[in-house]
Amino acid sequence: MFERDEPAFVPYLAAGDPDYDASKAYVEALARGGADVIELGLPFSEPIAEGPTIQGAIVRALEGGMTPDRYFQFVEELDVDVPLVCMTYYNLIYQYGQSEASASNASGETASERGPGPFVRRAAEAGLTGFVVPDLPAEEADPLRAACDEFGLDLVFIVAPTTEEERLARLMDLTSGYVYVQARLGVTGARDDVSDQTAGSLGRLDDWDVPKAVGFGIKTGDHAERIVAAGADGVIVGSALVDIVAEGHENGDAVEAVADRLAAKARELKAGALDGWERRREDHAVATDEG
Amino acid sequence: MSDTQSGKFGEYGGQYVPEALMPAIEELTDAYERYVLNNEDGFVDEFRERLRDFGGRPLPLQYADQLSARYDTDVYLKREDLLHGGAHKLNNALGQVLLAKYMGKERIIAETGAGQHGTATAMAAAHLDMPCEIYMGETDINRQRPNVFRMRINGAEVNPVTVGRGTLKEAISETMRDWATTVENTHYVIGSIVGPHPFPVMVRDFHSVISEEAREQVQEQTGRLPDSVIACAGGGSNTMGAFHNFVGDDDVDLFAVEAGGSSLSVDETEGVAPNSASLSTGDEGVLHGARTKLLQDSDGQIMESHSVSAGLDYAGVGPELAHLVDEGRVTPVNVDDDTALEAFHRLSQDEGIIPALETAHAFGYLEEDHEDVGDVTIVNVSGRGDKDLETVIEETAQRDLETAVDMSVFDGMHGGM
Ligand SMILES: Cc1ncc(COP(=O)(O)O)c(C=O)c1O
Repeated sequence: MFERDEPAFVPYLAAGDPDYDASKAYVEALARGGADVIELGLPFSEPIAEGPTIQGAIVRALEGGMTPDRYFQFVEELDVDVPLVCMTYYNLIYQYGQSEASASNASGETASERGPGPFVRRAAEAGLTGFVVPDLPAEEADPLRAACDEFGLDLVFIVAPTTEEERLARLMDLTSGYVYVQARLGVTGARDDVSDQTAGSLGRLDDWDVPKAVGFGIKTGDHAERIVAAGADGVIVGSALVDIVAEGHENGDAVEAVADRLAAKARELKAGALDGWERRREDHAVATDEG
Repeated sequence: MSDTQSGKFGEYGGQYVPEALMPAIEELTDAYERYVLNNEDGFVDEFRERLRDFGGRPLPLQYADQLSARYDTDVYLKREDLLHGGAHKLNNALGQVLLAKYMGKERIIAETGAGQHGTATAMAAAHLDMPCEIYMGETDINRQRPNVFRMRINGAEVNPVTVGRGTLKEAISETMRDWATTVENTHYVIGSIVGPHPFPVMVRDFHSVISEEAREQVQEQTGRLPDSVIACAGGGSNTMGAFHNFVGDDDVDLFAVEAGGSSLSVDETEGVAPNSASLSTGDEGVLHGARTKLLQDSDGQIMESHSVSAGLDYAGVGPELAHLVDEGRVTPVNVDDDTALEAFHRLSQDEGIIPALETAHAFGYLEEDHEDVGDVTIVNVSGRGDKDLETVIEETAQRDLETAVDMSVFDGMHGGM
C-alpha cells in the first residue's frame, strides 16, 4: 500500500466526526496535506482500544448518525486519491448484511451464513483498500483474512510491545499492506514524548517484508522525525488530529478554518517524517563509511 | 477438545481482544490450566480453605415453608446471600485474586455493575493484601451507594465511568482500557462468565461450588434430584454456578431468568433496549472479548440496556449460557421490573429474606410460572438486598404494588438519596 521510496504519513479520523459534511472536508484536507494512506474510522459503540480523544470522536460521529451504510457512501463520495483503510471493530464487520442474509435464508441455516463476507464485499465496492480491526487477534482472524483474500483487500495487524516471538511469526503470515507497530502499551492518545520502546519494537520486525508503520501517541513533526529515524516506514497519527477536530467543534469554528489547520498539521507531520528519512539515510551513509 | 481448553461453546466464546492483551490472556490461560484445573502448588486446596474460613462456605440449602405452600411445590433456597459480602460474587473474586497472587501479579482491577462484584473483589484484595481499583458507571454509583462505601472502606479506589449511560457495559470497556496499559503487572478480575477465554470457563469453575453443594444437599434432604433450578441471569455467573453440576442431569430443568425491564421491545433509532434480556431477545455478535448473544441494532452497534437491578443491566451474556440456550438445555425466561419488585417485597415478608433485586427476578419467575417448575425446585438466592433498599423505596413509591408494606414511613427519606 505504501510507496517504498519515502516515508508514509498515515492519518486517522473517525468518519462522520462531528458530522458527515464537515468530516468529508477534514479527510480531504488530510489528503491535501500529504497523507499517503488514510485510516478512516467506522465508529463502533464500544471502542475498547481507544483512549478518551478517539472515543469522543466516535461518540460525536455516532450521534451525528454515522452507520456502516452511510460510511460506505461517505467513502464513495470522498474526493481523495490515496488508499483508504477501514479501521473498525469486529462486531460491525460480522453483523453487516445479516438481516438480509437471514431474511433470504428462512431454512434455519443462517448461523453458518454469518461472517465477514458481505461487509468486505461492500468495502471493496466502495473502494476501500484494507482493514485494521483492533479487537481481532490472529486467533480469530481466519474468516476475515479469507474474505479479504477473496475480494483483494489488505488486512493490517497490530504488533504490540507485549507481543511475544511465537506470536510474531503468526502475525507476519497474516498481515498484508503494512504492519501497525504499536509504539507503547495502552490505548490510543497523543503524548508529549516518543516512546523509547519504538526502536526495539521495530528491530524485532527487521526481516518482515511489509512496510512498518508506527502509531500510538505521535503528535508532532518532531515525533514523526524521530520515529522514522528509528526505522519506521510510516507514522500513524490519530488523536493529535482528532484533537483539532474536537477543538474546532467546541469553539464553533468554520469548517474551512478547521480543515486548514488539519492540512497544516498534516504537512508538519509529513515533513517531520521526511526529515527522519533523511536523517536515517545520513546515519546509514556514515555507518557505511565507517564500516 | 473440551470447552475448558478451547474456550468455544459451539460458535460462541473465543478471544476477541487487542493484540496488546493477548500475551496476558495466554499467560492467564496457562495459569488457569495449571493452578485451577491441575491444582498446582495446592491452589485449589487453598482456594477451598479460604472459601470456608473467609467466605463461610458451605452454605445452606434451605427449605422455604411459605413459598412451598404458596406454590404447592417444594421450594429450596440456595443461600448464596449468606456468603461473605452478601452475594455469590466472592466465589469468583476470591478465586481470581488468589490466582493473580499465584501468578505474581501486583495489582488488581475490576469493573462492577451492582457493586457486588466490586465489593467482593475489594474484600478479596484486602484479604490477600493486593492494591485494587474498581471501575463503576456513574448511574450505578448513584443507585448502589452502600457498595461504593464498602469498596472504599476496604481500601479500593473507585473510578467513576461517565461515558454512555454509565452502567456495566461502559465500566467493562473502561477496565479493558486500563488493562491494556498495565497488563504487565495487573490482573483484571472480570465479574461474570463473560469476556475472552479463559474467563467464562474459569469464572464458571469458581462458582460451580454452588451447584456442587446444592446437588449433594438436595439429595441428602429429599433423596432425589430437583425437577428444576432457577437462577437470575445478568452476565450469568450465579446462573452457571447454580446450573453447572446439573447440566448432565437431563431431567433437571434449568431456568435462566433475565431482566425484562419495562418492556421487551427495543428502540432501534435511540439505540436503547428497555430490558436486559439478551438470551431471550438478543442476536449473535462480538462484545468485550467473546462471541455471544447481544442486544444490538441491525448495524451491530451495542444497545444500552435497562433493568431496575444494576447487576442485570448488561447488553451481553456469557457465551456458555448462550450456547446452552441454543442447545435447548437452558430455558431463558424473563421477568419485568414490576414483577421483580413485587417478588422483592413478597420474599422479604414471607420468608424473612431480603433478596437482591437481581435475585428477586428469579422469585418473580416462580410467581409467574410455578406450574413449570415441577415438585422440587431450587432457587439460587444470588445475593442479599441491603444494597438495594434506596432503589426499592424509590421505585416502589412510583408504583402501586400489591405486595409492598405501607411505604409512607419512608416519605421524605428518599429525597436526598
Ligand atoms: C446479587 C446478584 N445476583 C446476580 C447478579 C448478576 O450477575 P450474574 O448473572 O453474573 O450472576 C449480580 C451482579 O452484580 C448480583 O449482584
